[in-house]
Amino acid sequence: MSRIEASSQIHVLSPPLAAGLRRGAVSRVLSGAKSARWRPGLATGCRHAEVFAPAGEASGVALALALARDALCTDAEDQRPWLWVQDKAALRLSGRPYRPGLPPHLRHRLIHVAAATPEDALFALEEGLRCRDLAFVIGEIASNPRALDFTASRRLSLAAEKHGTALWLVRLDARSDLGSARMRWRVAAATSPPPRWNPQAPGRATWSAELFRAHTFQPGHWTLRDEDTALAAEPAGSGTPDHGDLVRGPGARSLAAG
Amino acid sequence: MAIWCADLALDRWRLAEGCARGEGSDAAPLALIAETAHGPRIAAANPAAMAEGVRAHAMLADARALCPALAVRPADPAGDLAFLETLALWAQRWGPWSALDPPDGLIVDTTGAAHLFGGEAMLLADTRAQLRRRGLAARAAIAPTAGAAWALAHYGPEGAILEAGDDLMDRLAALPVAALRLDDDVLLLLRRLGLKRLGDLAGIGREALARRFRNRRSPGANPLVRLDQLLGRVPEPLLPVVAAEQPMVQRRLMEPIRHRPLLDRVLADLAEDMARALEGRGEGARRLEMAAWKVDGDVVVRRLEMAAATRDPAHVCRLFAARLDDLDAGFGIELVRLSAPWTEPLALAQTELDAAAERHGTSLAACMDRLTVRLGAEAVRRPVPRASHLPERAQRWAPPLEPLPGLQEDFAFHERPLKLLDRPEPIAVIYEAPDGLPRLFRWRGGVHEIARAEGPERIAPEWWRERSTVRLRDYYRIEDSTGRRYWIYRHGLAGDGRGGAPEWFLQGLCA
Repeated sequence: MSRIEASSQIHVLSPPLAAGLRRGAVSRVLSGAKSARWRPGLATGCRHAEVFAPAGEASGVALALALARDALCTDAEDQRPWLWVQDKAALRLSGRPYRPGLPPHLRHRLIHVAAATPEDALFALEEGLRCRDLAFVIGEIASNPRALDFTASRRLSLAAEKHGTALWLVRLDARSDLGSARMRWRVAAATSPPPRWNPQAPGRATWSAELFRAHTFQPGHWTLRDEDTALAAEPAGSGTPDHGDLVRGPGARSLAAG
Repeated sequence: MAIWCADLALDRWRLAEGCARGEGSDAAPLALIAETAHGPRIAAANPAAMAEGVRAHAMLADARALCPALAVRPADPAGDLAFLETLALWAQRWGPWSALDPPDGLIVDTTGAAHLFGGEAMLLADTRAQLRRRGLAARAAIAPTAGAAWALAHYGPEGAILEAGDDLMDRLAALPVAALRLDDDVLLLLRRLGLKRLGDLAGIGREALARRFRNRRSPGANPLVRLDQLLGRVPEPLLPVVAAEQPMVQRRLMEPIRHRPLLDRVLADLAEDMARALEGRGEGARRLEMAAWKVDGDVVVRRLEMAAATRDPAHVCRLFAARLDDLDAGFGIELVRLSAPWTEPLALAQTELDAAAERHGTSLAACMDRLTVRLGAEAVRRPVPRASHLPERAQRWAPPLEPLPGLQEDFAFHERPLKLLDRPEPIAVIYEAPDGLPRLFRWRGGVHEIARAEGPERIAPEWWRERSTVRLRDYYRIEDSTGRRYWIYRHGLAGDGRGGAPEWFLQGLCA
């Protein structure tokens, strides 16, 4: 209970809210639903999420895509295109989207933006969020560029909430500095379950994901698995090997930190 | 048709004085003078002064020595030019367009218009009569080219007409070389060369003239160019005078008004009329003039200048309101007129466009346009499949809104990575057998221990478009001990005769 109060105090100190969002309404949501735990398939209503991932693997974007499919599963008939924005460093570190490897329902709708600088990438993200014909927007920005400060992050949040387009911003090899994302994930690849017919082969995509900041959910730590049509989650440490200190346990840190 | 107002400055002075030629103050010797760096100089002299020996371009002191009784008036070249401009517009009664020939001439294009006046001779007679009625001494000539008409008007016989079929050179050979509209120094040069008539120039041959004046680019300095223009061998563009009508709206009032609120009402109506007039022309006003005629014949003028072209009536009224505070209506105002002497193009603007985008979001095409304009067309693309089994050739990049090419079916690959590196990165491997799968590999400074793998998937080069020495690739989908999944391949086989030991590359990052 003391944590809830602390969080509402922090919220009062936060910058002014967007027009149309009443402070009282948000506080009520916060105090009422903070105890909810996130689970796959839950309509989060979150329009701006950040995923922190290592640059040497594709887990960040893969989780973002899985979460996007999870959030938008209600309208499977949605054939609007989606936007994938990468800045140059992200493109060099983690490669370009590969159409045959994308999920089948998404591969023909991809529009890719290769931005030269983080500023251009932020511009493209904001323009994408303003567009009513895009299903969702995925951004990939490497490290902590100066352009992506709290103000820029807040701009993205406001644009996403105003126009209702969801944004998953993947941060490669980045510190979790100030940001206004409603949900912040930290993800790394995890050992996949052995496939039934060839136990020696890599299995379904599996990630060890930690929700370390969320406005309406308790922080948590899960092992998420892509089940083609849905996202499967099981609490971390149940059956999957521990990955040392890649991610810390939930609840071990105060909300005010990072 | 070329018109030469031989005595334009003096004719204007006579019109302003209201005296006829050779009468009144024009009977005595008189000269118009221009101030120069070396003192006053005669710009024009009337016939009485000419008879005393006063010449144009002479210094006033020298002229006074010849004719002590010489009266002087200042010349007004700017006024002459303005007069010539209005005269050029008026001269469009004889042809569809006219051009200025400063300082005292006009060129009117009468092609196909002479029959309206009963032939070219009648047209010239009409021209002379109309100009004489206005009090202007003028000479006019008609010729197929502007240069020939100019030459005849200045140096030819009175009322000369050249038909289209005439041999121009033959008819013009007797004119002096000054008829070519050349600069003074070139005239001097030609006189020193002994070339006095146009016939002389034609007689010495083109090559000689071209060589002598090879570095003179301007037509006024090159007799050959002027001669060709005279004969119609090269075009001579002229800048026509076009009348710019200034928008004007006015309200006549049935009862003279004396009170400010009524004047404000009238001004608001005028501003709306003006906005409509300007909108029809696609223009906005930079300067507005409001003139109010009072009952006693007095006119009050208020001017307004705007920083940017506008036609917003409310804005105009607000700006004028401050200017009308000191207006004295006297016995009443009976006519108010609003005119816009200075306008600039101002297109119709859709003011709601941005607001609508702000509220409902932009369309996909607008979004793509904005991205493309800032980032370039190469940055915004979509992947489209291509019929190739080589991984990096299996997709190509196309503009985002281009329709997808017709394909029967995508290639169905077994498992492909989510992302592909632009250029496969070499990895250092430790293997037990050269044909088998490595146990460890080093990539970007980190060591990865392969825990599970699937493969090989052998992809042969496309022999129909690549050289025969290109090596095949054996792809493996692997997962390392911490769960990271990659797509690596061995380039070639040991002992395939296409190079040394096979190398390993990492090409894709799996989800």
